[in-house]
Amino acid sequence: MLARFVCPATTGCLGLAAQAAARQVGQWSRAYAAAATTELTVRDALNSALDEEMARDEKVYILGEEVGEYQGAYKITRGLLQKHGAERVRDTPITEAGFTGIAVGSAFAGTKPVCEFMTFNFAMQAIDQIVNSAAKTLYMSAGQISCPIVFRGPNGAAAGVGAQHSQCFAAWYSHVPGLKVLAPYDSEDARGLLKAAIRDPDPVIFLENELLYGTAFPVSQEVLDKDFTLPIGKAKVMRQGKDVTIVAFSKMVGFSLEAAEQLAKEGIDAEVINLRSIKPLDRATIAASVRKTHRLVSVEEGWPQSGIGAEIAALAMEECFDDLDAPMGRVAGAEVPTPYAANLEAMCFPQVPDIVRQVKATVGRA
Amino acid sequence: MGKHAYIGCVQDLSRHRRVRDQRCVSAGVNSSPAQGAMASAFARTQNGRVASSRAAQPCRAPLRVRAVATTAKKDSSSAAASKAKLTPEVAKDLYYDMLLGREFEEMCAQMYYRGKMFGFVHLYSGQEAVSSGIIRALRPDDYVCSTYRDHVHALSKGVPAREVMAELFGKKTGCCRGQGGSMHMFSAKHGVLGGYAFIGEGIPIGVGAAFKSAYKRRVLGDESSDSVTCSFFGDGTCNVGQFYESLNMAALYKLPHIFVVENNLWAIGMSHMRSTSHTLGDADFPYIYKKGPAFGMPGVRVDGMDVMKVREVALEAIERARRGDGPTLIEAETYRFRGHSLADPDELRSKEEKAAYAARDPIPQLKRVMLEQGLATEDDIKAIHDRVAAEVEDSVKFADESPKPEKGQLLENVFADPRGFGIAADGRYRYELPGFTSGTAAVS
Repeated sequence: MLARFVCPATTGCLGLAAQAAARQVGQWSRAYAAAATTELTVRDALNSALDEEMARDEKVYILGEEVGEYQGAYKITRGLLQKHGAERVRDTPITEAGFTGIAVGSAFAGTKPVCEFMTFNFAMQAIDQIVNSAAKTLYMSAGQISCPIVFRGPNGAAAGVGAQHSQCFAAWYSHVPGLKVLAPYDSEDARGLLKAAIRDPDPVIFLENELLYGTAFPVSQEVLDKDFTLPIGKAKVMRQGKDVTIVAFSKMVGFSLEAAEQLAKEGIDAEVINLRSIKPLDRATIAASVRKTHRLVSVEEGWPQSGIGAEIAALAMEECFDDLDAPMGRVAGAEVPTPYAANLEAMCFPQVPDIVRQVKATVGRA
Repeated sequence: MGKHAYIGCVQDLSRHRRVRDQRCVSAGVNSSPAQGAMASAFARTQNGRVASSRAAQPCRAPLRVRAVATTAKKDSSSAAASKAKLTPEVAKDLYYDMLLGREFEEMCAQMYYRGKMFGFVHLYSGQEAVSSGIIRALRPDDYVCSTYRDHVHALSKGVPAREVMAELFGKKTGCCRGQGGSMHMFSAKHGVLGGYAFIGEGIPIGVGAAFKSAYKRRVLGDESSDSVTCSFFGDGTCNVGQFYESLNMAALYKLPHIFVVENNLWAIGMSHMRSTSHTLGDADFPYIYKKGPAFGMPGVRVDGMDVMKVREVALEAIERARRGDGPTLIEAETYRFRGHSLADPDELRSKEEKAAYAARDPIPQLKRVMLEQGLATEDDIKAIHDRVAAEVEDSVKFADESPKPEKGQLLENVFADPRGFGIAADGRYRYELPGFTSGTAAVS
């Protein structure tokens, strides 16, 4: 099956036959895309979202390393330089603190930048501008100066890139008041959440996943509409279930769905929630699910201490205590900087069997 | 001043004669003092007024440096020249603004020790000539970006003294409703973009505002967009990476931005001499203005205790920026009469150094010039003093009598979009719950 993307506004995204080889469409991806008519990779979803939002609002511009002539380090911005020009798709020097500060300052003055970090590891060079300027200025100025900016890029582990290129920053950014933090999983998430983020008047951290860029997902016609947006702050129930709630985000959603298939064969019916939005966290959806299933497992790639699972655990105590039949289970990455060797790296991040094992333990059938 | 003369006061010319063939000296064209009233005026004031660290050489020798400021547009330079001439209105405005800054800051010290303001307070006393000289030459639609030593920048840009004082007292009538405090003065109306605690942080922000000005012209097609941004920062900041990143990009993208280094020689207790390396060939002083040409923009050093000189240099830089010729780096030699903050015992600076700079206090300097040149009478000056005293008193009274913020204000303005607080257990937005927040109220 070729991945073909049909959308008149984004002719720059044609020629996707090469994507077909990178596809991993599991049977679970069809289960929810009821009215699916088209296959769309996450990369093309992001590219089309950027293209459409730039066409819609000329205050939107992109800056970052290699976003222009190189067509994007991960080809997310492919074709945009040719379409929108060098003033709006700006290749920057390797100078994160500087160009992030410039982007933030220009947002204060009224433009709507999309600031790409080659990976969020490099955003640490600019984290002062993200947290102290972008996140806090609306509050410090008592509402006078807002910051309609999107910081986007790959987050978390890739494959064999070593300790300094593999960290997940969801916990760090979701800690800060004034930032919204989104983590798309599939193409529908990527399109809808990125468009919502660009239109949002607040600073948004948009955590993508490099390994998902090439994955194609079926999307409905509605998703391809140029005004398709998803609400920020609402999670999505990917799979209904009654025995246990699994909460995940980004790539772990796919693993959780696979785990749910395996668990189903053993008679455990898992509900899988795709957070989509780390901040604000959709506490209501999680609580409603736990009210139904009475058991909760969180899954994340990042380190356990003070991670997203820790926040879900607090939520479980605060809002779901009386609904829980067992303590919450948490699956997280190993508490080590990421090693390079492939077999060691595979041990560092949750795999499907790890999720299955934890769910069985939580459900009492270890 | 026939050429696009960018007159920089280059200190200690004996050294510079030795190095003038190296192109890293101030990239402005200076001509012989015969040209232009300002040049000779400068030479006059320079005589016998040098501080201990400089050789007592009059600043008179012509500097043979290659002109870097591009095309010599006679019209704009003569416009700048005529603006630089001090009229009585301009002189009185500068005097009022400097005096307001001084009296305000001194009142802050009093109020701090009486417990009315708290936390970290960094006073600007002594540096007024830089703020007044540069900011009073800006337009209302220009931007200023500053550091924690920002009270006077805000005042010069037009934020009412009442609002600044109330902000310092933590009252809801402050310019940021008490949410920013001393180090975080913001005013959208007056183009004050902060107020930052981290040195170097505000510089890329300022460059970003200049980016917007250029973007408006080049992309959004508004030919009239030529607003300029000035970022103010200190000598210590000039060793921070973000400073260099900003110099690079401002020049690369030819942005209408002015980098203003308020070199007061001290970063808390760290002397500039101990923390900054010299340009190759210099022996005596780590000049900061010389870093400009390395990045492709003119650098100029000016006597920051003389508001007229500062203003002249500022007008030139502003014209450059508005023309589209890009950024400028201005190093203003200045001094803070008080410690780094009100908590600083200020034990490391010598009495001699302090006395030398006190003798160059910018306010009496301007007063002398105004009286000598007939720009103001003694009565005019007294009237300004009375006006400033009344304004400062009024600001304290206003701040004292203003109410503190209400509890509901705590959770306001975290997000421009209040839905950012998320959804409560019952499915409604949290901000809709009773008592959660009173919403995103405007600053009155």
